[in-house]
Amino acid sequence: MSPKAGKHSILFDAPPYLASAATVAGPREGQGPLGPDFDLIYKDLLLEQKSFEAAERKMLADACALALEKGNYRLEQMDYFLAGDLLNQITASSYCAAKLALPFFGLYGACSTLALSLALGAILVAAGFATNVLAATSSHNCSSERQFRYPTEYGFQRPLQAQWTVTGAGAAVIGAEGQPPRITAVTTGKVVDFNQNDPLGLGVAMAPAAASTLLLHFQELQRNPSYYDLIVTGDLGKVGMALNRQILARSGYQLDDNYNDCGVMIYNPDLQQVESGGSGCACSALVGLGHIWRRMQEGELKRVLLVSTGALHSPTTLAQGESIPSIAHAVALEMGDGS
Amino acid sequence: MASIHPELNITEEDYQTMVKREMPRPPLWRNCIIAFLSGGMICLLGQFIQNIYLSLGFSSTDVGNPTVVTMIFLASLLTGLGVFDNIARYTGAGTAVPVTGFANSMTAAALEFKKEGLVLGIGSKMFALAGSVIVFGVVTAFVAGLISAIL
Amino acid sequence: MGTYLTAFIVGGLFCLVGQLLFDLTKFTPGHILSGFVVAGGILGSLGLYDRLIQFAGAGASLPISSFGNALVKGAMSEAARRGVIGVLTGMFELTSTGITAAIFFAFLIAVFFNPKG
Repeated sequence: MSPKAGKHSILFDAPPYLASAATVAGPREGQGPLGPDFDLIYKDLLLEQKSFEAAERKMLADACALALEKGNYRLEQMDYFLAGDLLNQITASSYCAAKLALPFFGLYGACSTLALSLALGAILVAAGFATNVLAATSSHNCSSERQFRYPTEYGFQRPLQAQWTVTGAGAAVIGAEGQPPRITAVTTGKVVDFNQNDPLGLGVAMAPAAASTLLLHFQELQRNPSYYDLIVTGDLGKVGMALNRQILARSGYQLDDNYNDCGVMIYNPDLQQVESGGSGCACSALVGLGHIWRRMQEGELKRVLLVSTGALHSPTTLAQGESIPSIAHAVALEMGDGS
Repeated sequence: MASIHPELNITEEDYQTMVKREMPRPPLWRNCIIAFLSGGMICLLGQFIQNIYLSLGFSSTDVGNPTVVTMIFLASLLTGLGVFDNIARYTGAGTAVPVTGFANSMTAAALEFKKEGLVLGIGSKMFALAGSVIVFGVVTAFVAGLISAIL
Repeated sequence: MGTYLTAFIVGGLFCLVGQLLFDLTKFTPGHILSGFVVAGGILGSLGLYDRLIQFAGAGASLPISSFGNALVKGAMSEAARRGVIGVLTGMFELTSTGITAAIFFAFLIAVFFNPKG
């Protein structure tokens, strides 16, 4: 059994492998600085489907198929399917699962779903209940805008702290055997609510959750930020990153140049009008499973801490004047075995 | 609230102060100037269209009707063409405050929900954004009318 | 019925006020535009909005506040003729054109076009 480190962290004795990963992206993401790192870039947002929701389902299915193909896996070898997305009742994931017919755990962690699914997949494998787990997540700008904010053709001005939901999907196979990187540790976050309520500036609501998980990770595993070549948060954006840094500094932890944010990395701020950066489940997925994955395979990064962040409100709670609670989960990826 | 997260060495109030410092300020001058100019231009266009209708024989009491219909049509069309939101991200209130904003909100909502069909989509959702404008206008007018009828 | 200059300036000022409210308050566009309509209605009930329209033409009749004015005028003029029941029968007399057009065109555009995202 893996030793639990504190209440939130697990340090795996036999770290599972992130044996295969695939990413599919929308046109805007493809045009961003990380475009070359994605396996497939779509030409438009509808993918010849009848709705944006159907397009999102297709992206998720494509990502899963590619992840299996890249690792030379057959679908039957997967013991579990873990997936989540932003849509009401996580329909993209459930409808995709309907086609896969694997034992399925549907997950909702908003934009923290990537780390959430990787963490749970690693736990299933490390505990011996699965040899291979397929984990996936997706988000689509149009399907989430119409659900959370406004119709896509509505003429309104986005403020500077707003973020742009990433269109895309990522899938990974977590296996008891395979190739590095390995998932050496996970830290499960708790829901943190610091009474923020601006739905157009979610980085501000999520920064305390990210800081909480990071602090718990460092304290419970007795690690310093410098242990990692790269620490990335999911989608705090420019504003949230600065806040995260400041909260950590108050507890004596310095996040230096090895800290970045997937939302800030995925778009080119000068060329693409995305205000504070990207957001959405696919934000962590595209950057983590596409860009960071490649840099680890190429030997440039040996230890990475991926901290996906999610805002757990709904349009209803917002309209009722409630605040936005958030959560962050951390997954440590290492080319070695973490010992 | 902060005490249930002892690892976070910060109170809610302190965080709020931090947020206020970090929050980017909107480019107020730029936004206001552009809103003024673009809103003025739209009303200028409306005035021009109104004068055309006057010259076509509409009386000055009636001319408001074809004028507003024309502006609504233009706004709806631009919304359908996918152009209105691209303009509005710069013009802000300049396009939202005139009746063009009203037409855009109804057309955008109808467009967005057309996948849910004519009845459950277009029909039901059309007033999602514009509904409150109509509701509060009617409520205000009802009160005003009632008061004037009683006095 | 206004001139090009007064239409431009007054229309621009309405939008300027709207922009300040958008940027400096936490209200949504729905809140702010509803506020404009209520304000237009109140000014209309005092007879002031019509004078603004005389001065600025489209600069006052195009902003959404004129919708409130038109609803109030419809209600009040019928009320003057027929008493309280007039409030109900006259309400949409002057705004019928705008609402009908908005509904019909929104429907037409939605049938023939698709959202582009």
